[in-house]
Amino acid sequence: MGATFAVVGNPNVGKTTLFNALTGLSQMTGNYPGVTVERISGRMHLANCSANLIDLPGTYSLAARSPDEMIVTDVLLGHVEGEKPIDAVLAVVDATNLERNLYLVSQLQDLEKPVVVALNMMDIARKRGFTIDVERLSHELGAPVVPICAHKRVGIDELKKVLLEAANRGESARRNGPEYPAVFHAAVDGLAGDLSALHAQIGRTVPRAEAFRVLVDQGGYAEQRLLGRLNGDLSRPLAQRRQEAVTTGSPASVEVRSRYAWIRNVVSSSVQKPAVPVVTFSDRLDRVLTHKIFGIAIFALLMMVVFQAIYTWAAPFMDIIDQGFSALGGAVGSRMPEGILRSLVVDGMIAGVGSVLVFVPQILILTLFIALLEDCGYMARAAFLMDRILSRVGLSGQSFIPLLSSFACAIPGIMATRTIANRRDRFTTMLVAPLMSCAARLPVYTIMIAAFIPARTIMGGTLGLQGITLFCMYALGMVVAIPMALLLKRTLLRGETPPFILELPSYKWPQAQTVLRRVFVQGWEFLRRAGTVIFAITIVVWALAYFPHSSELTATFDTQRAQVERTLPEGPRRAAALAELDGEEAGAHLRNSYFGRMGQVIEPVVTPLGWDWRIGMSVIASFPAREIIVATMGTVFNIGSDVDEKSDTLKGALQGAERAGGGVLFSIPVALSIMVFFALCCQCGATLVMLRRETRTWRWPAFTFAYMTVLAYAAAFVTYQATSWLGWGT
Amino acid sequence: MRTLDKLKPGESGIVVTLHGEGAVQQRLLEMGVIEGAEVKMVRRAPMGDPLELVVQGYHLSIRKAEASLVELQG
Repeated sequence: MGATFAVVGNPNVGKTTLFNALTGLSQMTGNYPGVTVERISGRMHLANCSANLIDLPGTYSLAARSPDEMIVTDVLLGHVEGEKPIDAVLAVVDATNLERNLYLVSQLQDLEKPVVVALNMMDIARKRGFTIDVERLSHELGAPVVPICAHKRVGIDELKKVLLEAANRGESARRNGPEYPAVFHAAVDGLAGDLSALHAQIGRTVPRAEAFRVLVDQGGYAEQRLLGRLNGDLSRPLAQRRQEAVTTGSPASVEVRSRYAWIRNVVSSSVQKPAVPVVTFSDRLDRVLTHKIFGIAIFALLMMVVFQAIYTWAAPFMDIIDQGFSALGGAVGSRMPEGILRSLVVDGMIAGVGSVLVFVPQILILTLFIALLEDCGYMARAAFLMDRILSRVGLSGQSFIPLLSSFACAIPGIMATRTIANRRDRFTTMLVAPLMSCAARLPVYTIMIAAFIPARTIMGGTLGLQGITLFCMYALGMVVAIPMALLLKRTLLRGETPPFILELPSYKWPQAQTVLRRVFVQGWEFLRRAGTVIFAITIVVWALAYFPHSSELTATFDTQRAQVERTLPEGPRRAAALAELDGEEAGAHLRNSYFGRMGQVIEPVVTPLGWDWRIGMSVIASFPAREIIVATMGTVFNIGSDVDEKSDTLKGALQGAERAGGGVLFSIPVALSIMVFFALCCQCGATLVMLRRETRTWRWPAFTFAYMTVLAYAAAFVTYQATSWLGWGT
Repeated sequence: MRTLDKLKPGESGIVVTLHGEGAVQQRLLEMGVIEGAEVKMVRRAPMGDPLELVVQGYHLSIRKAEASLVELQG
């Protein structure tokens, strides 16, 4: 098997690029048990030796607070179930910013494992006029230091050699390190003693490095983890030790001061910097990209390009997938005898999987843009530009990208919240993300607008009514998200405003391998998770809408068909009559199905929204996945289920649909009420499952579902009643 | 008392004390905003907040609220 190394470093130091260079294509991805942090590992080869490498999320410190940081400390301390303890640590360090990077290195050196330092970005450091005495640095740190350029693959073989040597040698006694005040030292030792006395309760030994973190990080992850095992017995001795540790200030300030004092010595003896810092290309770029006017303009332009790309670039691929699945359904259908099995395979499985796969191109394009913007360093600037607006809503700039992603699909949007360190911010973002109008809402808007909103222009012919309606639907979710986020931050997720502390890394060219890997991983994750869930739910909906398949009803229609065949000569008229009968039969079966019966029960509930039971039923059928409504309405309104939003037959059927007591069913108020309902309702099983995975409880998805349904119902009610009262469309 | 949020773009100062407590203080300290460190104000975001600083040789963005916890020399 060989040794196992953990690859650790600050964010934006080229850690992933180095990991790729060391492991090549032998990478494996998975998830850590219980959390959604991605686990990336790979194998490194040199001559006839090999070793395992684990790529840990970027972190500035081992004082863990976010899920990503917790995983880093858990892996380093060997607390992850089913994970072999690591043998050595590879610390990746940015040579242009040694001070802050060495802070993490000094913490890693407390772990009593061999540490090897990879000094990355040596080329940039040289360009900026830095002279680094590597040998001296290594001596001062008490750890081997290897200068490298990960993106140019310089120094990689040397690094491999040093790594394997370090693993074989085992831990070398540490000579150098930060010096703490005697009382602080004694308090850490004291707490380590307290914890070893509680050995039986904890169920394992607590290393000194862990006791150190428990003492220093008040309310942090290390403390909570231990308290969880000790039923709160620790709080008094812990408070006592914290008091002993310091004469003034907090234990945290003592730790940081001691470490930085040591770092200053290390750096001043081994690094020479130019007296006047060089103005870098990155600095000049930032003058434009974060400029008061140009910065905002470029940002808006960029977002428009992303949006356009999601719709226009994806369209041809989506059409291909859509047509492919229709063709597949047709081909399979024609080879199978009519009956339950054919209905399950064609209407349930193939149509269900197709309705999910059709969104893959949009997800991939969006992920590609996000990965590109993130890897080049622009994403931090987007957060910098947007923070002021979002902080008024109680969120931070880091919520911007997840919310933007949610316009394509809430699932990658929710996944993108993992970078938000503050739990309350992260949860608020996740809970309002499904309010953004995702791609799956578009078919509903398209068909309703095409059928019922007149193609008129207003304001002297400059603005089309249809376009305005579409814009309003997209704006609605955003507008509603503002009070919702404020409300959440004041009630369920109340707490002090979290700090906004964000590094603005130097710009760099995105690395193809890093970007493409992310696109691939996210695309696959979407397919696997959402695909399986939607697939399962579509089958349930299919079953509810199919059973009990009355054979009497089929017999009645068979008789009618036989009659048509007898009376009409073969030709287009006969075919049309037969097709109409098929449609009517599908509608009759649906009315008679469990779903149809449920629809008639719920009719009183949807009447105030201007809907009849058929609309109500179509809406309920589309709760697992909102785009289902187009197909369901097609079936309900008697024209067979093989329609899509561009189909003129569906448009015509909707326009011609009548109420049970006579009169036109759809009007502008009804169409608007349906659209508003879809804009605000969480009709997406996959989103709810995703929320469950990320929050690790069913409470939050249940809450999201409840609040969005109530909101959608209330808004649809107001829309219908108000527009009817105004007499729109009459 | 001069605090970091009062600096104009282009100005810099030396940190004397970091007020505040808990996670905010710890994170700022870890990021290198410590006593004796030089902090330079690069610019403010288009709407006046957050701020872009240079500290320990790298660019850091924090809000005015956090910057007001940082007391500068003089």
